[in-house]
Amino acid sequence: MSDVIRRDPRTERILRNRLHPLHESLAGGPVRGPTGLLRRNPHAVGFIGPNGLKRIDRSSTGPAPSGRDLRRSATTHSEEPALPLHRVEQPDFYVAAVLDMAGGRLTSHDRDILGQAQQLARSGGGQGAVVAIVLGEAREAGFDTAGADRLIQVTHCDGQALDDYCPERKLAVLQAVEDQLGPRFWLFPDSVHGGADLGARLAVRLGERPAVHAWQVTETETLCRGGSGRIDIRRHTPRVLLLAEECALPVDDSRHQALPIQLDEYPDVRVCIHDQGLVPVDPSQIPLAEAEFILSAGNGVRDWDQFHEVATALGATEGASRVAVDDGFMPRFRQIGATGTWVTARVYVAVGISGAVQHLQGIGRCEKVVAINLDDGCDMVRRADLGAIGDSSEILAELLALAREHRGGKDTDATVPETLEVA
Amino acid sequence: MPVETSLNIAVLVSVGQHPVSGRARRADQDARAVELGLTLAGRSLSLVHVGDAGEPALRQYLGMGLRTMTVLQEAPEADAASSLLQYFATHPADIVLAGVQAERGEASGLLPYLLAERLGWPLVPRIAQIRAIENGRAEVLQALPRGQRRALTVPLPFIATVDSAAPGARQTAFGPGQRGLFDIQRGLAQADVARAEWVEAQARPRPKRLNVVKAKSAAERFKAATAKPQGQGGQVMKQESSREKAQAIFDLLVAEGVIRQ
Repeated sequence: MSDVIRRDPRTERILRNRLHPLHESLAGGPVRGPTGLLRRNPHAVGFIGPNGLKRIDRSSTGPAPSGRDLRRSATTHSEEPALPLHRVEQPDFYVAAVLDMAGGRLTSHDRDILGQAQQLARSGGGQGAVVAIVLGEAREAGFDTAGADRLIQVTHCDGQALDDYCPERKLAVLQAVEDQLGPRFWLFPDSVHGGADLGARLAVRLGERPAVHAWQVTETETLCRGGSGRIDIRRHTPRVLLLAEECALPVDDSRHQALPIQLDEYPDVRVCIHDQGLVPVDPSQIPLAEAEFILSAGNGVRDWDQFHEVATALGATEGASRVAVDDGFMPRFRQIGATGTWVTARVYVAVGISGAVQHLQGIGRCEKVVAINLDDGCDMVRRADLGAIGDSSEILAELLALAREHRGGKDTDATVPETLEVA
Repeated sequence: MPVETSLNIAVLVSVGQHPVSGRARRADQDARAVELGLTLAGRSLSLVHVGDAGEPALRQYLGMGLRTMTVLQEAPEADAASSLLQYFATHPADIVLAGVQAERGEASGLLPYLLAERLGWPLVPRIAQIRAIENGRAEVLQALPRGQRRALTVPLPFIATVDSAAPGARQTAFGPGQRGLFDIQRGLAQADVARAEWVEAQARPRPKRLNVVKAKSAAERFKAATAKPQGQGGQVMKQESSREKAQAIFDLLVAEGVIRQ
C-alpha cells in the first residue's frame, strides 16, 4: 500500500460547512479552522424545549445540557485536575531548605523558601533536587505540592526529641546532611521561629559567609536588606542563604515526589544548652498586637467583673471594641480596630461585638474567630468560624464553669497558675 | 537579683541609627544588653566597642552610669570578629552580651555566632532576662514570638544576644557620658575582603505581592472578581442551650491549643 496521503475533498467540504446535513456526523471532535483556531458552533448550544423553542441554560447549576461536547466538558470540570508531577530521578545536585514548621505545619514563609529552592534547583546547569529538612514532629501532609523533591524528617537525635530548643542537636543533623548530600545551596527562613538561629550556626560551622535578609536571589546574585532596612546590598550568591519573607513565589502549579531520605549517622554532639520548658506568662502583660488568644468585649457586655474573670480563667489577653473603650469600661490601649491595635491572634473571641468595618479591619489577620452575640445577622457572626447566638453573660458563665472544671481536673487547690511578670 | 561583682560581664556595643532620621545613637538592643549587664554586675561591667573612639554616640552608653569603655580602634573596613577574638584571648569574661543585630551596615547578627564558635562557648540567642547564676550555670529566659518565654540553663562562660523584649534601657545622662573615659587599644584586625566587593545602595521598596487569579475561563475570572470574601462557612449555634454553646466554644479553644492541657 502506498503511503501517499489521499485527500478526500468531499469530506473536507462537509467539515468546512457547518450547515451541511452530514456535518455533525462527520465532525466528531473540535473543529479547527484554516488558521488553526478552534471553531465553535454557536448554534449547537442549548436544546429545544417542549414547546419547540430553543432554550439555553446559562446557569451552571441548571439541568445538564443536552449537547454531547458540553456534557463532556461538564464532567471534566467537576473533578479536580491533577497537577503535573515533577520528577527528579538522578539529581545532579541538591538544594537544601530547612523549614521552620511553626506549630507543626508549613508556614507561608516556608512555602516561599521552597519556591525559591525550586527556582535555584532549575536554574544553572543540570537538574537539581530540593531537599526539605524538617526537624521535629510535623503534622503537615502537603510537602509534595509545596515543592519538596526529597524529604528528610528527623524527630529524634541522640535519643532525644528535637521538639524543644536544642540547636546543637539540630546542627548535628544538618552537618550529617552536609556530609551525605553536600547541597549546592542551604536555604533558611530568616525568622524568629529558629530559622535565623540555625542558619547562622550552620554558616559559622561550615565557614561560609551567609547572605542575611536576602529578598531577591538568583543563581549568581543576591540582594540583601541591610541594617534598619535602609540599605540594599548586592552581592554574589553564597552557599548559605537566610531568606526574608516573600523572597519568591511559592510553588502552586506542580506536584513533587517528596521521597524520604534516611540519614546514615550523626556527628557527636556536646550539649550545653538545656531546655527547661515554657514559662507561663501573665496574658495581660503580652502586647495586644502579638497576643495569641484574645477575649474581646463590646457593647453587648453588661457584667464586666464576670468578663475579666473569664479572661483570667481562660488565660486570654483582653481586648475591647471602640464602644467599650469610649464608655470607659476598658482602657484605651486595649482597643482593637482601625484606630486601635491591629491584632494577629490565632484565636479571637468577640463577646457582644456586632462587627463594625473598622473593627473587622483590625482582626483581619486573625485565624479563628468566635462570636458570642444576640443578633445572628450581624457582621461579626458572618465573619466568625463559630457563632453562638444568645445572652453573653449566660454563655460566659457556662464558659467560666467549664474552664474551672478543666483546671480542677488537673489540680484542685491552685486557682491561678503562678505566672511571670514581663516588662 | 543582687548585684554580683565577682562576675566578669562584657557587653559588645555598636553605634546605632535612628530609624527615621538616620542619626547615630546608641543601638536599642545593645542598650538593653547594657541595662541587663548593669543589673547583673553593676559598675564593674565592661563595655567593648570595635571601631572609632571619636564617635560621639558612644558616650550615650557611658551616660548610663559607667566610667570607662574599651575601644578597639579599627578602620571601618576591618573585620570586628578577629579583633574581638584577640581581645577575649587576653581579657577572659564569664558572660558576653550583645544585641541581636546591628542597626547599620550588613546587620547580619553573625558576630556573636562567630565568637561563640571560635571560643568554643555556647550561644543563647534572644534572651530577655538572666534569672539566676548558681554553681557555674545560668538560668536565662529566652524571648519567643507572641510574648512567650522559655527557660534555658547554660554553663558559664557563654555568649547571649539580647532581644527587644528585654527590659528597656535606662535614660542616658549627658554630663557623665562626656566625663567617661575611653580605654583605646590599637586593634590588629584583618580587613574584611569579601565585603569590599559588595555594592551598597539605598533600599528601594520591595514589590508587593499581588493576588494572581489563575482562572482558565472568563466565567471563572468573573467569579473570582465578584465573589464575596471567604469565611462565611462558619457554624452558627442558635437553638442549643447555653451549656452546649459554651462547650462548643471551649472545645474549639482546646483544639486550637490556646488552653493548655
